[in-house]
Amino acid sequence: MELSDSVAVGQARAGDSGAFRILVERHSRNLFRLAYRMTGHPQDAEDVVQETFLRAYRQLGKFDERASFGTWIYRIAANCSLDLMRNRKRRNEQSQNCAGADALDPIQALPDAAPTPDRLAISGEVERKVAATLDEMSEMERAAFVLRHYEGMCIDDIGRALGVQPNAAKHSIFRAVQKLRRALEPLVCSAI
Amino acid sequence: MNHLTEEQFVLYYYGEGDDAAAVREHLDGCETCRAEYAALQRVLNVVDTAPVPERAAEYGMQVWSRLQPSMGGRGARWMGPIFWPARHWAMAAGVAVLMAAAFFAGRFYPGSRPAQQTSAAQVRERILLVAVGDHLERSQMVLVELENAKPGEPLDISSERERAGDLVAANRLYRQTAARTGDTRVASVLDELEPLLVEIANGPAELAPDAVERLQRRIAADGILFKVRVVGSTVRRREEKAVPRAGQASL
Repeated sequence: MELSDSVAVGQARAGDSGAFRILVERHSRNLFRLAYRMTGHPQDAEDVVQETFLRAYRQLGKFDERASFGTWIYRIAANCSLDLMRNRKRRNEQSQNCAGADALDPIQALPDAAPTPDRLAISGEVERKVAATLDEMSEMERAAFVLRHYEGMCIDDIGRALGVQPNAAKHSIFRAVQKLRRALEPLVCSAI
Repeated sequence: MNHLTEEQFVLYYYGEGDDAAAVREHLDGCETCRAEYAALQRVLNVVDTAPVPERAAEYGMQVWSRLQPSMGGRGARWMGPIFWPARHWAMAAGVAVLMAAAFFAGRFYPGSRPAQQTSAAQVRERILLVAVGDHLERSQMVLVELENAKPGEPLDISSERERAGDLVAANRLYRQTAARTGDTRVASVLDELEPLLVEIANGPAELAPDAVERLQRRIAADGILFKVRVVGSTVRRREEKAVPRAGQASL
């Protein structure tokens, strides 16, 4: 019979690494998807998955057994992703400061090409726009939006996961949606 | 008539907010808001189509195989070498290359101040010994994981394969360094290790049961694991003695 998460957590807390293995094998793929949505990079997502399980393993003693392990590990993964995005942003800012104005890429400064009537091209363009808009969001906007839109978490849980008030989480989602609408509405309308 | 706000649309779309019934009722009777909400729906629906690279069903096992060596206890070291992500292994290999280059530069470029030169040589030797010790330890782990695989079953070696790929370049450099400095014992074991690492790195990510057994037989027949362990611990002992010892710069 398949071990439930709560039984596996209990056994892992008692030092059974096999039980922790079950949890790792069960949740890794979902965590990868979440981490990829949050970070936008497969390699970063891989790092987040590993770091998430390591943090979870070290904090198993603090886990409230009445809570859901899935929600708890998602919360850790969301925070690991936020940490990674903040570090990445800091590194990018530092490298941009070093590079100065010379770093401006004139090609990137050109306006986007108009979408073609071909549906495939539009679909590719939509994917690129979604990715670019997610990248332009603040870490908090992106995290809150991903947890709400892709993971279906309610706003209260998102606030708890990200360590902010529900109202702050809600406004992050609003801002994220506004950015997506601004970027995607012209494309979506042209595709209809 | 007051129209709905964008925030109400968003909350309604996600099934949040306390006034869902009122929003529904308003949408039924207001064409402007219905059109506005439909536009929001279209945007949020296309966001769903953004692809995510899928991970295979065995992904959880791969994550576990990378985690497992660090699970010795809840107080395990934070991000020890085994736990490094793949790109850090690659960086480690790069650092190894730089260290060996620095070693050569220091070894063959005559300086003008003998006392400082001796001290620098000692430091270089210790750094290099630490790097070779780590390299042998990492190689040992790859081999141990393959040696301990269950016979008669296919085996996913994608993570070992990746690690072996990172180890090959460093191995080559350490072997050349050892040969040049006359350290035949280290050079010899690295020489034996190299083709095995190359074979693992260039082989398939998933081994059939007979390929697993063939690899295990090869590891056992050459006694390579035993040699790596012995030389590894010798290097570690030398590493401990390296600083007090005067100016010998052999590997």
